[in-house]
Amino acid sequence: MTDRLLELLERKPIVMGDGAMGTMLQRAGLTDGSAPELWNVTHPEVVRAIYQGYVDAGSDFITTNSFGGNRFRLKLHHLQDRVFELNRAAAALAREVAGPDRLVAGSVGPTGELLEPLGPLTQAEAAEAFAEQAAGLAAGGVDFILIETMSSLEEVQAALAGARTTGLPVAVTMTFDTNYRTMMGVTPAQAVQTLHRWGVTVIGANCGNGPKEIERVMWEMAQAKPEGVVLMAQSNAGLPRWQQGEISYDGTPPVMAEYAQRMRALGVRVIGACCGSTPAHLAAMRAALDGPPLAEYHPAFEVPETAAKGATAERRARRAAQRSGREEGE
Amino acid sequence: MSDEFDALPAELQELYLNMQDDLYDGLKDEVVEGTVRALEEFGQTPAQILQYGLVAGMDIVGADFRDGILFVPEVLMAAKAMKAAMEVLRPLLTDYKGVEKQGTVVIGTVKGDIHDIGKNLVAMMLEGAGFEVINLGINVDADAFIQAIREHDADILGMSALLTTTMPYMRTVINRLIEEGLRDQVIVLVGGAPLTEAFAEDIGADRYCRDAAVAVEAAKALMQIKKEARRVKSMA
Repeated sequence: MTDRLLELLERKPIVMGDGAMGTMLQRAGLTDGSAPELWNVTHPEVVRAIYQGYVDAGSDFITTNSFGGNRFRLKLHHLQDRVFELNRAAAALAREVAGPDRLVAGSVGPTGELLEPLGPLTQAEAAEAFAEQAAGLAAGGVDFILIETMSSLEEVQAALAGARTTGLPVAVTMTFDTNYRTMMGVTPAQAVQTLHRWGVTVIGANCGNGPKEIERVMWEMAQAKPEGVVLMAQSNAGLPRWQQGEISYDGTPPVMAEYAQRMRALGVRVIGACCGSTPAHLAAMRAALDGPPLAEYHPAFEVPETAAKGATAERRARRAAQRSGREEGE
Repeated sequence: MSDEFDALPAELQELYLNMQDDLYDGLKDEVVEGTVRALEEFGQTPAQILQYGLVAGMDIVGADFRDGILFVPEVLMAAKAMKAAMEVLRPLLTDYKGVEKQGTVVIGTVKGDIHDIGKNLVAMMLEGAGFEVINLGINVDADAFIQAIREHDADILGMSALLTTTMPYMRTVINRLIEEGLRDQVIVLVGGAPLTEAFAEDIGADRYCRDAAVAVEAAKALMQIKKEARRVKSMA
């Protein structure tokens, strides 16, 4: 099988992804908390229109409406028996809209479960669930699998094992929403180095906070990335704000255009957006990326002096000293 | 730590400090071993062990989690160690005699939302801090919250939402509390990634909790105020 993702990256210095699916579906009326993946069969025209919006905005690939399409997430909606069907439908619709020239990324999100030893889910069970989802996406015609919004490396490992059963290329993004780490404490440097060791080429960050925070995350990744890694970023369109009883995101299309430029300046080659973004945001990003790069780049964040040293290490050292002192005393 | 703690024999102080460290590092077996030693060798009561060893240790874990030094995995491992030690103490704690129960919390992720991890972390940390926690799980509707509050005579309601589409349901629950005449009985804490201070205020919650450590701090502080109010009322 040809690796259409690498082929695209060889052809284009900058590849633009697409924008939000979930918040677009909410705007289109998915407000009752039911499974977005079900809309691939109940409201295919809505899903198709969202895909089309991103194609028209100039995205080089579009991402399937299958983020929560694993059996653990779908089980909460009593849809766990329809994993293959819903993922295939998500992919088939995207393929239809993307046509032969644009690529289709098969979205694979977290299970929402904790893996051993923190929780009950084993690596093997998780990998099997991811393989089931990936098989549906492959059957619907995706060009690569996009494992996204992960917070635990253990879960990425399981998702990689599952996704690779399809033989398709795989890209991975994690979400650094907790003090520039993932919820599970993974740093951008750890992510880029570990994933590279596991044979992933396209690695990055998505969702989390806003463009400013993701800029710092991508800066850290750029500092730490091994040679050959292609960086990817998909920022939310700012942060959600609660105004007059409604949620809105504060990142305008011009804000996202500037974010795209800043990503390019950092050497990020796959640039897209996440929650709160719309085709209008992506069109603004496209226009910016088609124009000249920034003349000079100044970080929008405060450059950290050194990475924070965990207090755990200090405490361990103190305890070890305590213990050895005690032993000597005996 | 405190004058009471300083008055303990040096060897016992060291045992407690080591228990706190073991808890911090999520070393379940060591924490259980320390608990047994405190009981058997030093004749400590469960209340003392909780106060000086386990709850004190979880306070440090909570502070470092709040400050971004520890992350979810470490906190979960510490909570598991705490739980294992509690299993040792529970048979000895007849109705938590000698241990002042902080209060009763009903907690759940609101209707339409299925996110579990953060809410469970809050539940575990609250248990660690001495609260009785009734965890209703995910996708909880207003009726279920109301029923549990009545059944357990809860002091605190904790609601979680991870989606911008489900967070408005918190307002529905609070409105139901008002209708049912329960609003003054319970402290309402809300949390979840998309929430903000302004949102919590807008829907009439008592406190927005950025993370589990803040939730525990808020629960403790607001309970204190509530108990004080109750005391004043009973005197009047």
